[in-house]
Amino acid sequence: MSRKPYVREVSKTTWFLSQPRYKRYMAREVTCVFILIYTFLLICALGALAKGPDAFQAFLHALRGPLGVLFNLAALVATVYHSMSWFDVTPQAMPIQRGEEFVPGNVIVGAHYGAWAVVSLIILIWGI
Amino acid sequence: MAKSNKPIFWGLFAAGGTVTAFVTPVLVLLTLFAAMGFSPDLFTYEALRGFAAHWLGKLIILGVIVLSLWHAAHRLRVTVHDFGVRADAVVAYVVYGIAGLGTLMTIVYLLRI
Repeated sequence: MSRKPYVREVSKTTWFLSQPRYKRYMAREVTCVFILIYTFLLICALGALAKGPDAFQAFLHALRGPLGVLFNLAALVATVYHSMSWFDVTPQAMPIQRGEEFVPGNVIVGAHYGAWAVVSLIILIWGI
Repeated sequence: MAKSNKPIFWGLFAAGGTVTAFVTPVLVLLTLFAAMGFSPDLFTYEALRGFAAHWLGKLIILGVIVLSLWHAAHRLRVTVHDFGVRADAVVAYVVYGIAGLGTLMTIVYLLRI
């Protein structure tokens, strides 16, 4: 007896292109590449900082230019996308119960966006 | 009960995802300014050195960098799988190795400041 088993034709590498939902999922996952590279950029800055003023100036100089602008722009898009996707699922990730009722999801998400804005503004004002 | 190291890596992933969601976009904005030639005050050597010399500054730098690293590493492990690479054990060693190396570098640099 030989039956032909049912094999679903799903590509291992391009499966996520079939649905917008999957594309959004992959976009969210790929943000980690930018976060990883950017974090190593920060580590380089820290290393230059530890070395001395000349090394730090050299780091700033290397950052300047089209490549640095392009990478930081791409990283900005990726990290903002990460933040939004992260905060948007907070009601599911950590539901808060008050008495009998659960705190509405949009309140939890809104609180996170508010805190994000405050933190960003503080760092921006302090940094500039 | 079977022992699993999943809670450790997942905990670092979740903590890192939260930290990086709050602070990384604005940090990228500041380095973008620096890349465009407009140097924010934060990027003067003395200001940053002063911040990193204080123990609280060290703790903040360590927390942000290390948690971001382990967040990205764990998510990258899953992402590599999603792109069709079925060698999880090797991938895990590589991505966590990168995060471990970054952690070590951060600690060494902070101790030198």
